[in-house]
Amino acid sequence: MRAKLSILLILFFAWQLPAKAYDAADTTLVLNEVSVTAVRPRTEIIPAQQLSGIELQKLNSNSVADALRYFSGVQVKDYGGVGGIKTVNIRSMGTNHTGVVYDGVELGNAQNGQIDLGQFSLDNIEAISLYNGQKSEILQPAKDFGSAGSIYMRTRTPHFDIGESYHLRATVRTGSFGLLNPSALVELKLTECVSASLSAEWITSTGKYKFRYRRVNPAGELAYDTTAVRENGDINATRMECNLNGNIAGGEWHFKVYNYNSERGVPGAIVNNVWRRGERIWDTNSFAQGRFTRTWNRFTTLANMKYAFYRTHYVNNDDKQIKIDNLYRQRELYLSSANEYAFSSWWRVSVSYDLQWNALQADMYGFARPDRLTNMLSAATAIDLGRMKVQGSALGTWVHDILRGQQSPPDRHVFTPAVYMSYEPLRNRNFAVRAFYKRSFRMPTFNDLYYADMGNSKLNPERVTQYNAGIVYRHAGRGTVKAVRLSADVYYNHVRDKIVAYPKGQQFRWTMLNLGLVDIRGADISGLLTLTPAEELDVTVRGQYTYQRAIDVTDPADNYYRDQIPYIPHHSGSAVVNLSWRRWGLNYSFIYVGSRYNQQENIRYNYTQPWYTSDVSVSRDITFGRVSMRALLEINNLLSQDYDVILNYPMPKRNFRVTLTVEI
Amino acid sequence: MTIAFPMKHFILIILSILPLLTVITGCREDELVVPSEYDIIPESPLPDTSIRGFYLVNEGNMGSNKCTLDYFDYFTGLYARNFYAERNPSVVKELGDVGNDIGIYGSRLYVVVNCSHKVEVLDARSGVRIGQVDIPNCRYVRFHRGKAYVSSYVGPVLIDPAAPKGAVYEVDTLSLQVTRKVTVGYQPEEMEVVDDYMYVANSGGYRAPDYDRTVSVIQMIDFKQVRQIDVGINLHRLKQDRYKKLWVSSRGDYQSRPSRLYVLEKRPGYNQMVVSDTIPVACSNMAIHGDSLYYYATEWNQYTASNTISYGIIDVRSREIVSTNFITDGTERDITVPYGIAVHPETGDIFVTDAKNYVSSGTLYCFTRDGRRKWSVRTGDIPAHMVFLRR
Repeated sequence: MRAKLSILLILFFAWQLPAKAYDAADTTLVLNEVSVTAVRPRTEIIPAQQLSGIELQKLNSNSVADALRYFSGVQVKDYGGVGGIKTVNIRSMGTNHTGVVYDGVELGNAQNGQIDLGQFSLDNIEAISLYNGQKSEILQPAKDFGSAGSIYMRTRTPHFDIGESYHLRATVRTGSFGLLNPSALVELKLTECVSASLSAEWITSTGKYKFRYRRVNPAGELAYDTTAVRENGDINATRMECNLNGNIAGGEWHFKVYNYNSERGVPGAIVNNVWRRGERIWDTNSFAQGRFTRTWNRFTTLANMKYAFYRTHYVNNDDKQIKIDNLYRQRELYLSSANEYAFSSWWRVSVSYDLQWNALQADMYGFARPDRLTNMLSAATAIDLGRMKVQGSALGTWVHDILRGQQSPPDRHVFTPAVYMSYEPLRNRNFAVRAFYKRSFRMPTFNDLYYADMGNSKLNPERVTQYNAGIVYRHAGRGTVKAVRLSADVYYNHVRDKIVAYPKGQQFRWTMLNLGLVDIRGADISGLLTLTPAEELDVTVRGQYTYQRAIDVTDPADNYYRDQIPYIPHHSGSAVVNLSWRRWGLNYSFIYVGSRYNQQENIRYNYTQPWYTSDVSVSRDITFGRVSMRALLEINNLLSQDYDVILNYPMPKRNFRVTLTVEI
Repeated sequence: MTIAFPMKHFILIILSILPLLTVITGCREDELVVPSEYDIIPESPLPDTSIRGFYLVNEGNMGSNKCTLDYFDYFTGLYARNFYAERNPSVVKELGDVGNDIGIYGSRLYVVVNCSHKVEVLDARSGVRIGQVDIPNCRYVRFHRGKAYVSSYVGPVLIDPAAPKGAVYEVDTLSLQVTRKVTVGYQPEEMEVVDDYMYVANSGGYRAPDYDRTVSVIQMIDFKQVRQIDVGINLHRLKQDRYKKLWVSSRGDYQSRPSRLYVLEKRPGYNQMVVSDTIPVACSNMAIHGDSLYYYATEWNQYTASNTISYGIIDVRSREIVSTNFITDGTERDITVPYGIAVHPETGDIFVTDAKNYVSSGTLYCFTRDGRRKWSVRTGDIPAHMVFLRR
């Protein structure tokens, strides 16, 4: 089956090659990397960490955020449960520095700058890639040159065999937390050049799970041991997505309409005497985006556009607290044009220009009504001398905010360069040395600037400088060892003008200031091994380890000066072993997050224990003629560890999930 | 196998990642109820003193469940951080979320834990728990004739579900049961009892910008609100001096209307309190000792993007500002955000707490009555409210 799929893919590439498609490099990675490296038309200078295809499906993950835990350098903030918020922090630089790109266009949230990756299910996702710094590709929107770290999610693109005109797939998942999650995918070949796909999903869960707090006193005697049920963590959400893909002479186009609707309870912190809260959130996220790419001889152009509307309705119904009923509406319009010219086979240059408009309306007292206009202009060049590859880019960003009925703050502009290079010293090109330098920034969000009473419209962008050096070893073989990949990187990041909450006056009143200074040193090590030790038995082993020392160096007078910043462990890592034998599959994954501190000061009152979980899944494929089926049983947190990722947000004990997929 | 890389090593590396991690960094251990930490303070009790020590409540940031109780004993000279958890290890999730007030009545210590919606009752000498009284969104506690009175942001929801008025709960100090409650203004804060009438400062903080501006007057015999006195917006502190005058602070609206301090007193021959004076100073918190009212104020300045902090003394008889800085040795520069103030009833030592950035350990500073720093000690998060324990 794999061989067949490989051929299919190679065919797919052969057909796409002349198109010099924008995401050709992405698409190649659908399969395991072995067959890929040989055919890939153009590799990025520093390849991404990636999870894709079947491997991704077997990874015991509810959402994209869960899958990202297997990447090195990443810390996921998880507030627990199916509906709990999950955000990602790459290399300790902060969630707001992470760009999240969905099918080629970056997702935005001008209000708080954070994308809840718990909202993105893996149902329709074909590959997730993580790039440190930017994707080292020069034909991309200007915005893609901007983030300090980027996550690219790519949905499934239809591939039809000769004689096929449609695909159908239906999936149903159920399990712990009262989970019911049916989904369906229809792929249609409309004409020889145009295909469509329609994907829909419904997820409902009570979000209830048992958690346990157990404490002993220093003498070792039991102090308390209590088990309770997590309440108000329910979710009811739908996702609908419609894609149109087309090929034209020398190019292709893509159009997407997306809608996500959810109602969620906000479970809140578990504190003494409070085991249930009354906050609820309704989200409606809709967007339409289009992409067009075409090559004329040496010139290639890529155009992107997007219109997004996000509505968030937040209600606090708790009788004991302040009544809140707020509605936030965000709109975004994004236009991008990226253009590349190849002077020769080894030298290319690109220029991209993006225009983005954001608006926020909040029916909250004292919240300004901001509009933001962002202009981004980038220039990049790539030199490919075979074993030596170099790329340089520069991005200029101009931000203009407009406030209704108030004086607008002054415009902000930032210039951020980046240099990427890799060198393969060995003739067989198995081994590469790579390095990058990048400056980036994050704009203060609307909340930072204009939130009632708390915002500070004088904020400057928060800036990051990254230095990275690493090695990668790759080997592809035909014998028992199909593929080996080892990589190691060391990095130094420096965050300046970090936007932090600063107390003003009394009563938990805060304002935002450019006050923080963070010094980050780290190392990422990852390895991948694919083996065929026996006939029909495939083994994939993945391992990843991250060391991070991220310290606060803001002010020697602070009592947390040179202490590790909150929620960043010194050590973390994961290991995955995947076995597939005939139609059976077995996956074991282990995640380790070392001890960390839940506040700035590294004292015992703020100490948070390490956590580590083991997840296991078993799958079985069944085929009846044209119909193929897969059953998947997952057991998560096998040893039922009681842990908190975030203080006072307890995580579930052992839980399970069953998935049935039928595909025609 | 003829590959470039020694296979065995590779497998070894991969498989060693897993155990290596736990070796380098260790496994989980049993979670401890974090024990107290002790610091030695260079302080000795006065001869024949009636004060044994004091308790300090650290509020802890919202949602952190880090409200802690510190205790200092003048006789041992030891300052204990996180005293509650050590004395009461079996209480699930410790003292709770956001402490807001503390008081001693008889042999019992009362800690108001705002976001845990309870008043924790301890034995004042040992710190051992006696029980708790559940009161939603409780704020401050005062005592009168065998009863504890607790102000709460939440009164009966039925009156106006969109903007419920606050209430004062009456708690029997023996049975720890709520006996009565009375609806007052919006989001009531501090209270005092003068001549069998209770005066309650209403803030209306949940209704910004339509703040409450009244002091509620409760007749204690039948526990009814008999009147509301118009004073100023967003009232917070309310203290009585020894001449039965009330000193009431307004937080202002944090923008155009500044914080102020008002004086309420009875005109000769009348039984009704009226506003008799407005002191033109900002006041965040105050403590009265004899004829001196010690206050500090923290005001945010938009233009300099910094807090303007002032420390002063008012003579309660003349209502004159007699000092614009009760810290005389210049050490007020070390204080980031003053958050609590208290005066030792015998020595007149002035205590000021520093809440720093709200999410790290604070500091308690002790100054002599002439304003020189005597000592300081690390506290829990957001040190705020103090009460002295008598021998």
